[in-house]
Amino acid sequence: MQNSLPLADKRHGKTPPRRKQVRHKSAGHALIALASLLLLGVLLIQILHVTGTIAVGFENWRPILFAYVAWAVALGIAQVIVRGERGLRALFLLPAVLFTVAVVIFPTLFGFYIATLDWNLSSLEGPHFNGLNNLIALFHDDYYWSALGNMVFYTIAVLGEYAIAFGLALLLNAEIRARKFFRVVFLLPMMLSPVAVSWMIGKSLLEYRFGPAATLARDLGWDNPAFFAYPWIARLSIQAMDAWVSIPFILIILLAGLQAMPKEVLEASKVDGANGWQSFRHVTFPIMLPVSITVIIIRIIFKLKLADIIINVTAGGPGGATDTVSSYIYRVYRDRSNVGYGTGLAIFYLILIVVFLTLLLRLSRRWTQKVT
Amino acid sequence: MAILVSATTPVRRARTAIRVKRTLGRVLIYGALLFWAFICLFPIYWTVTTSFKSAVDVTQGHLIPWLDFRPDWKGFRSLGLSPDTIWEFSNPREEFLSRFINSVITSVGASFLALLLGSLAAYGLSRFRYKFAWMRNDDILFFFMSQLILPPVVLALPFLVLYKALALLDTRVGLIMLYTLTVLPIVIWIMRDQFNSIPIELDEAAFVDGLSVWGAFLRIILPLAIPGMVAAFILSLVLCWNEYFFAALLTSSDAKTLPVMVASQTGSQGINWWSMAALSTAAIAPLVLVGIFLERYIVSGLTAGSGK
Repeated sequence: MQNSLPLADKRHGKTPPRRKQVRHKSAGHALIALASLLLLGVLLIQILHVTGTIAVGFENWRPILFAYVAWAVALGIAQVIVRGERGLRALFLLPAVLFTVAVVIFPTLFGFYIATLDWNLSSLEGPHFNGLNNLIALFHDDYYWSALGNMVFYTIAVLGEYAIAFGLALLLNAEIRARKFFRVVFLLPMMLSPVAVSWMIGKSLLEYRFGPAATLARDLGWDNPAFFAYPWIARLSIQAMDAWVSIPFILIILLAGLQAMPKEVLEASKVDGANGWQSFRHVTFPIMLPVSITVIIIRIIFKLKLADIIINVTAGGPGGATDTVSSYIYRVYRDRSNVGYGTGLAIFYLILIVVFLTLLLRLSRRWTQKVT
Repeated sequence: MAILVSATTPVRRARTAIRVKRTLGRVLIYGALLFWAFICLFPIYWTVTTSFKSAVDVTQGHLIPWLDFRPDWKGFRSLGLSPDTIWEFSNPREEFLSRFINSVITSVGASFLALLLGSLAAYGLSRFRYKFAWMRNDDILFFFMSQLILPPVVLALPFLVLYKALALLDTRVGLIMLYTLTVLPIVIWIMRDQFNSIPIELDEAAFVDGLSVWGAFLRIILPLAIPGMVAAFILSLVLCWNEYFFAALLTSSDAKTLPVMVASQTGSQGINWWSMAALSTAAIAPLVLVGIFLERYIVSGLTAGSGK
């Protein structure tokens, strides 16, 4: 925010006389200095208090939060005082940036630190440093690797969700009656909370003894419709539930893409004598490719966070066959209160995700450029 | 089906073969649509009806009320929400209501905060050119959007430790801050799209009339951006209302939200399905209503930035 110019490069507002500006500037700098001093002071007092060097201090760390807010406000005021018009513009962006830095950047860095600790919340002894031991333990953790393997399956399954959603979007885009009704109905699963869905489908509809889906499966000749007893069937059941919740999202975006498609192109292909499949294959699909890739990537990003359904339906079972990384780490924390190791797993996962998504974005950019 | 066919057959004198093919196509299209509608609706139907069933009806798999089984307020009675218990004191109802209110406060609070921060940032990014160290506008936008990638697990445990130190564990304020964070990128995305669609000439006209940057934003641009704000707000509301992971880790009693309550009840009873079904029904009802009546805004929020 060193510099901000309006898009239409035009100055407006009054420029104060030079003398006054200088005095304003120093007042602004003084304000920032004062606020920073206050923040650091509060921080220092609390650190000394916690380590037991001084008796004065606060009950908890909350005053630091208030000091940070005060510092942020002072920074905003100082921006306006020092830089006038440009400061006013920076003020639009400043709150969101300061908020994000406070709640993301700081905790993530803190997470890197926790990841190097041996810290069990339920044990009496506090955290102590154990270097890369968490990382080494991670490589011997079969459950973690099987969870990562499952993530590969769940991620690839996004393509299946996409195929179904594309089909539905084409149906909704056809000349049909009651389109509004179907659109609302198709949207509904997305509105439901995954936790409620876990019960509605996972725990009752697919229930082994009385669930209607199990009854139906028995009628169709599957003697033993246990949806969560065998690894692959369990994985597929979980995936089906997640697809049920998330297909509407893909569907809506694809439908918007289809509706924005120029009608002339399809008509031209019809004139050229293409049948339905040909015009889809050579016209609709290529035109929709950029939208498709965007929606698939967004969907993958959300898929990588999948946890709620697994935590509530199978708790990872049978034998970790349905675990996602998130649900496994949740259990590591819930069952073993192992904050240090859990965070280590999470940070490792974050690094994998960042690498994977960077590659994916690169690849997709190259791919779309080649086609269009 | 006959009505549909006659209404959509454009060429009367077409040969019968084509007509048959066309009819078949129609049948297939509507068949597929109805099939998917059934898949979407059946779990909801099942949950709502199960909340009115007794144990026998559940085990025998009765499906249609009045025909198959006699509906009874069984599930809602156990929640204290049936007509005959609504005026009496009921413990489960007290608990349900407190969770419900927590959910409302956290999701509405977080959506408001995200909308406030996000609209300001989006307006700034759409109208001015910023430079912060090496970061330009696109980089700053990417910085915000990249928060979407961060999986909740990475933040959850550090937050657990931090919130403990800050005495924010099990408070609504703590949850609101986290939820704001999770929806902020989406709000910024939608609002930037909205502001980009408002011509910059309007800002310039406001400057000529002597309004400051903030005056122009608040008095001229913001009222025009209301559709986008509604869309962003509703979408955030849905996401926050359904959030489970952070709530499960960071709340224990005071600030517990509805999904946590639903989750904590799932494992407990054996075949006490009616009360679970009633709880699920009550938990999903607000959003089902939102989905039915505000579908337009959800769709416009989701499709922001595409097709332009």
